[in-house]
Amino acid sequence: MKEHVLLGDEALALGAIHAGISLAYGYPGTPSTEIIEYLQRVQGEWSYRAQWCSNEKTAYEAAVGASLMNRRSLVTMKHVGLNVAADPFMNSVLMNIKGGLVLAVADDPGMHSSQNEQDSRYFADFAKMPCLEPRNQQEAYEMTMEAFDLSERFHVPVMIKLVTRLSHSRAVVAAKDDNEAREQNQKEKFTGTTDYMVLPAISRRNYAHHLDVMKELESWSEEHPRNVLEINDARSDIAVITTGLGGNYYEENLDEMEPAPSRLHISAYPLPVNKIRRLAESADRVVCIEEGYPYVERLLNGLLPGDKVISGKLDGTVPASGELNPDNVRPAIGLEPMTVAAIDPGPLPGRPPQLCPACPHADSFNSIKDALEAYPDSLVTSDIGCYTLGFLPPYNAIETALCMGASIPMARGAAESGMHPAIATIGDSTFMHSGLTGLADAAAANVPMTVIIMDNETTAMTGGQDTVVSSPQIRRAVEGLGVDPEHIVELVPLPKKREENTAAMKREFEYRGLSVVIAIRECVQTLKKRNLAKKAVKQAGDASGAKAAEKAEA
Amino acid sequence: MKYDIILSGVGGQGILSVAAVIATAAMNEGYRVRQSEVHGMAQRGGAVQAHLRISDGNIPSDLIGRGRADMILSMEPLESLRYLDYLKPDGRLVSASEAFTNIPDYPDENGIHGAISKVANSRLIATKDLAKQAGSIRAANMVLIGAAAPYLPLKPEAIQKAVADLFMRKGKETVDINLKALEMGRAA
Repeated sequence: MKEHVLLGDEALALGAIHAGISLAYGYPGTPSTEIIEYLQRVQGEWSYRAQWCSNEKTAYEAAVGASLMNRRSLVTMKHVGLNVAADPFMNSVLMNIKGGLVLAVADDPGMHSSQNEQDSRYFADFAKMPCLEPRNQQEAYEMTMEAFDLSERFHVPVMIKLVTRLSHSRAVVAAKDDNEAREQNQKEKFTGTTDYMVLPAISRRNYAHHLDVMKELESWSEEHPRNVLEINDARSDIAVITTGLGGNYYEENLDEMEPAPSRLHISAYPLPVNKIRRLAESADRVVCIEEGYPYVERLLNGLLPGDKVISGKLDGTVPASGELNPDNVRPAIGLEPMTVAAIDPGPLPGRPPQLCPACPHADSFNSIKDALEAYPDSLVTSDIGCYTLGFLPPYNAIETALCMGASIPMARGAAESGMHPAIATIGDSTFMHSGLTGLADAAAANVPMTVIIMDNETTAMTGGQDTVVSSPQIRRAVEGLGVDPEHIVELVPLPKKREENTAAMKREFEYRGLSVVIAIRECVQTLKKRNLAKKAVKQAGDASGAKAAEKAEA
Repeated sequence: MKYDIILSGVGGQGILSVAAVIATAAMNEGYRVRQSEVHGMAQRGGAVQAHLRISDGNIPSDLIGRGRADMILSMEPLESLRYLDYLKPDGRLVSASEAFTNIPDYPDENGIHGAISKVANSRLIATKDLAKQAGSIRAANMVLIGAAAPYLPLKPEAIQKAVADLFMRKGKETVDINLKALEMGRAA
């Protein structure tokens, strides 16, 4: 046994290593990013490979491909990334999974760094995929190993679901010694001819089979030691169901709950229906405290007799949006608010996140705004990245953001509805993620619009992960999709080039066809990191040089 | 024993290294620790907070509840006021006095300092001045930890060892400057 101090993401990654993964694929997305980053950082002597992909869909598909070769594979993404990977995700339950396939998805209740707070348990339910929901770092480690076992035992993919506060919270994890890690599976192609095939006739059979497997998984869930039912006969007014971090916040207040109500904490899905019924028998009212959407709560209406009162997010007992915390679960369990230090500092100005000093995006925005001054009306669509902050003052440069890659098709739709100039702004990583197809459409129709690819040569918002293609490759891709080379303009977004860049943009905005401006300058954060690393290497070099000189003198 | 700290500041000020020093010291003393951090977009120059929980028993929640924090430890004075709700009635506030003014509507600094002084157990410390005296302005956060140290349930040696361990790979000179900054904060 060895103790490690780990983020929830890192604990999950270590669990995957000790479960004997061969391959890990993912696309960066807060709060899931640190899973792949940890796998890459501790690589050392391990022989697995952990890689970033163009998007979540390609990552998921690569993981399925590894699984059909009997390799254990992990695929990681944030909750909205699963929307992008939904196609392979939904169909992967119909595969006769060979090597363990585990999807690690991290939700972001409270939207710390996201556009919505969708609950991935609904996706697991939709696909009929088992889901494990750890609530601390130790469980994240142990349940990841369990997820691989489960996947190979039932031949299904398994979802393991984290949330921001677990992904990004650090605690001690008691882990196996590295030499106790499971060996990787041997390379071995699948043997059943229909194991990885979805032709309708085959899918019909596989789906019927999967429904039978679900029955077995329901029994597995009923018996799962982490679906913990505690009946207390001393109290019959309320019983409590907790899921995820809701269980932690409930426990944080438990010493004020005397006697403690009967309680069921659910960590493994599909739902343990019999345990829920047994819990409900113990009390008149069932209170649900769930981090995420009211997933269990909604199903209770169909599971419990009509005279049971069900309370939670649907009746407003628990806040329906945002993150749970130790305070906002108190009313649901009949506790008064905590006493706080009675000092009111008065209204304080907010301090929203902002672009870094000297950020290249700021220079691009300045030129876009300068170039648009000549037009009474215009539309600037944008996308998901640091540059979404261009919506805020002092820039106020962009007007829309929907989802990864949407800037280009949205500008197209607006242009074809009569808007001119219609401008799409998109980062290099997002362009590779979901921008290519939109640009292909726009090129095919020669839509009068301008796409500005803000190429900072990294995936900046999530901390500077390498992108899968370089700047020259982006230009060639744009050419290859059919954009007129005369209207592909490269520029360097710098304050001293503001006028020159503005003039170039004006020309392209004026052009009544498709143009692409590629603004290339490295992110200041990755540049800083690279310079520090260089300095460290140089210092190490100097130190060893000095030692060598000393030796030579001696 | 249970000691809950809200750490606050502005993204990029080094809140996580402050948390790491205190957490490492607490673990060296055999306590259990939970530390909730902010990653992602919020780190870009925005208001950030971290929750650091130290206990000799089980800690269920990563987040500290309102009215339960023993200390607010802040790298920036305005940011220290944002989380007063979290403080216990007899909780303590320790903040760097220097404003980080990356917003256009930053309030009058004297007003902010005045509001802080209204918190019964509060303390403002000129971390950058002392850090400069210790040898590097970059050691400001160690001055801050030093100023908080007398109130933490941790032995001075445990904190010193944590600082030494965490800065070791940056060389002996850096370790010495940071240890000196820590002591200057404590003595101030």
